[in-house]
Amino acid sequence: MVTVADYGDFETAWCPGCGNFSIRKAVIKALVSLGLSPHEVLFVSGIGQAAKAPHYLRANVFNGLHGRSLPPAQGAKLANPGLTVIAESGDGCSYGEGGNHFLAALRRNVDLTLLAHDNQIYGLTKGQASPTTMEGQVTKAQPMGAPSMPFNPMAVAVAMRAGFVARGFSGDIEHLSGLIERAVRHKGFSLVDILQPCVSFNKVNTFAWYKERVYRLGDDHDPRDFGAAMEKAMEFGERIPIGVIYENDRPPFGGRLPEAARGPLALHRPDMAVLDGILAAYA
Amino acid sequence: MPDISVNILIGGEAGQGLVTVGDFLAKALVRAGYEIVVTQDYMSRIRGGHNTYAVRVSPDPVFAPREGVDILVALDAASYPLHRDQLSERAVVLVDEALGEAAAGPRTLLVPFKALCPKPIFENMAALGVLCSLLCLDAAWIEKIIHDTFAKKGEEMVAANRKVFADAMAWTAEQQVSFTCIAPAVNTGKRIMLNGNEAIALGAMAAGVNFCSFYPMTPGTSVALTLAAKGQKMGVVVEQAEDEIAAVNMAIGASFTGATALVPTSGGGFALMVEGISLSGMIETPVVVVVAMRPGPATGLPTRTEQADLNLVLYAGHGEFPRAIFAPGTVEQCFHLTHAAVHIAEKYQSPVFVLTDQFLADSYRGVVPFDLAALPAVARPGTAHDGPGVYERYAVTDSGVSPRLIPGFGDSLVVADSDEHTADGHITEDLGVRVTMQDKRSRKMAGLLADAVPPELHGDPSSDVLLACWGTTRGAALEAAALLRESGTSCAVLHFSQVYPLVPGQFLPLLEKAPRAVMVEGNSTGQLARLIRQETGFVFAHHILRYDGLPLTARYILDRLGSKRP
Ligand SMILES: Cc1ncc(C[n+]2csc(CCOP(=O)(O)OP(=O)(O)O)c2C)c(N)n1
Ligand code: SF4
Repeated sequence: MVTVADYGDFETAWCPGCGNFSIRKAVIKALVSLGLSPHEVLFVSGIGQAAKAPHYLRANVFNGLHGRSLPPAQGAKLANPGLTVIAESGDGCSYGEGGNHFLAALRRNVDLTLLAHDNQIYGLTKGQASPTTMEGQVTKAQPMGAPSMPFNPMAVAVAMRAGFVARGFSGDIEHLSGLIERAVRHKGFSLVDILQPCVSFNKVNTFAWYKERVYRLGDDHDPRDFGAAMEKAMEFGERIPIGVIYENDRPPFGGRLPEAARGPLALHRPDMAVLDGILAAYA
Repeated sequence: MPDISVNILIGGEAGQGLVTVGDFLAKALVRAGYEIVVTQDYMSRIRGGHNTYAVRVSPDPVFAPREGVDILVALDAASYPLHRDQLSERAVVLVDEALGEAAAGPRTLLVPFKALCPKPIFENMAALGVLCSLLCLDAAWIEKIIHDTFAKKGEEMVAANRKVFADAMAWTAEQQVSFTCIAPAVNTGKRIMLNGNEAIALGAMAAGVNFCSFYPMTPGTSVALTLAAKGQKMGVVVEQAEDEIAAVNMAIGASFTGATALVPTSGGGFALMVEGISLSGMIETPVVVVVAMRPGPATGLPTRTEQADLNLVLYAGHGEFPRAIFAPGTVEQCFHLTHAAVHIAEKYQSPVFVLTDQFLADSYRGVVPFDLAALPAVARPGTAHDGPGVYERYAVTDSGVSPRLIPGFGDSLVVADSDEHTADGHITEDLGVRVTMQDKRSRKMAGLLADAVPPELHGDPSSDVLLACWGTTRGAALEAAALLRESGTSCAVLHFSQVYPLVPGQFLPLLEKAPRAVMVEGNSTGQLARLIRQETGFVFAHHILRYDGLPLTARYILDRLGSKRP
């Protein structure tokens, strides 16, 4: 049986009070209740405070480049469909530097989960505006206030009819781990955007600020209803819904792959007889 | 010895089907036992403009394109005036009589395409009929290809094409054109027809490449297209990524979990991949990148050729890490060096490059089918940790190469990190570990040097002139050397098919001994010459550089031999 202890105990480089700690707990809780052993899971992350998370648990880890968690995550999953692949990174990494990859991943629908730690600020580079920073919020890099409209990952993902779109809050570990569990179970690309206070650099969206606003979506929300989902995806301000915002059964990427490539590519050896035939066709 | 090759140039607008004429003819000639070099020159547009497809054919081996045109097939009115100056003494020009006198010259054969073809789409077949007749090529070779190509569209289609072809041959026979038939072919062995990019894709598959992510960019794209078209039966996964950054990162991710990955691109696309190359170097995860060069900077001349991205590939990526760069000079080398590139990438867990260019990418040749059974083994990662203790992805070793496992097989965990890391793959800011890890990675260079492909010397090492070259410039240099020897000057060629790392002992004595060492390159600054100077101190006194978008030829080299560095 898999236990929390299997995922180890680590010293971190996070600030005391940071929302990342709770997210780590929720992730491990989800993996344990899914019965996944560390070696069955691959975490792929970008760069940032959130992107360090995979180093603070026992699992396979590919900690790559800023903004680039999704391309290697998709490559890794295509090469070994048997692995549970989880991409984990910050809002700057996932929606800013990696914005194009995020859009492509929604379209491609490879079976993996993106956990986006959304603290609405750049943590590791010390407090510049991120794509989700609210318009007008003052930072050291944006002394006149963040000039751009915030990116809405929920609405974009719903508009793309992504298979699984959820929002969680690091202050509600129980609820969050349930979301992560469902996201991992979902066959296709799943997004869990996680509200996470950054105690060092985001003095606006604090724990209290989130706590005051977030509410769990109830049974009256039907995540299979596109219109309702869009409405919930647009809700961000005085009230912020957490839970599964949208869900559908779009088949995951892979149906059009060659038959031979459905298993792990690591076990493939080129069939020279087949290649000889291919060469002969060039005569 | 007189040049017995025949140079056929088909000119016309994009979309006029000149590639069909060229491909049919080239294939028929290869099947008939001839040696060919195809040069495709096209504009960056889908219709209109002026494109050419040149087939240089000979019973003897030919290695490079040639300037003079012996048969010009002018599919449009612009072709004759554009290529008039290239016509050789014996040249014949084929022009549609409907194009009128403007498109014609004194040596023109006005072909009544309208009368010969029931529909304009058959004009290709009529042109082939005239060509086949002029060359005295056995009609059966073309007829067979017509059958192979059109059979799936029904017998009627085959018959219609064959009729136009036969009528055009018969018509030509009546014209009493004095064109000397091509000398009989001597090669009777079995051969296949491939261009450089096809050979790269096939070499990759032979080496076990089963993952290719790419973003389209001429002239690299056709490597991916070949893998997509031919790789299905081999189980190759080909994915068109959202951009080059994704392409290279996706390939590295796939490689991390056990795929054998290749990424084709061109200079502009490669420029975007540079960060990913650095990642491959840092996390020691192999990836083979094919960079098919075209002229730059920026978007440059999108469909022309150049050898100016050596520096880019050589220095791509921040920080320091080992790499290898191959530069095939023939279609056979495209196959074998790509195979070798995969092996070296896997063996040293590093990024490895195949540097080719538009000329070779699109240049068809007849080649003896590759002996797949004779190919050397390709290095592969392990799937189980059999050592004592916990598996460490970056275990420090004398060779710098750590035992590589892939995640998901067995209980061992595999941790890779783009930050400086400890032996078990985790982030560290321990500066001592940093030095240990940097040294470990650097030690792979010794292995890469030991495995480097030495440059090939063609000719007498004590020759008066030594032409040094790399990659696709090989053919032109070899031909120039042969022509020089005929005219009484001794000349040898030193061809680098691996341009990094270089082992000075393999070539420096030759360069130092040569009375006249000339570097021939397809760029404006002499990039390999500079690299050799940097690595060995040897300074080339003479350079022949071409950067007008066209491939090097023997004539280009001979015309400039003697000129100093610009
Ligand atoms: C290519 C590149 N650009 C910039 C950086 C610097 N950088 C590191 S983390 C980061 C932003 C991180 O913000 P976010 O993704 O929101 O994560 P957080 O630290 O808030 O968890 C930046 C800009 C980098 N490492 N690489
Ligand atoms: S800087 Fe912000 S995000 Fe980073 S660890 Fe500290 S509190 Fe957390």
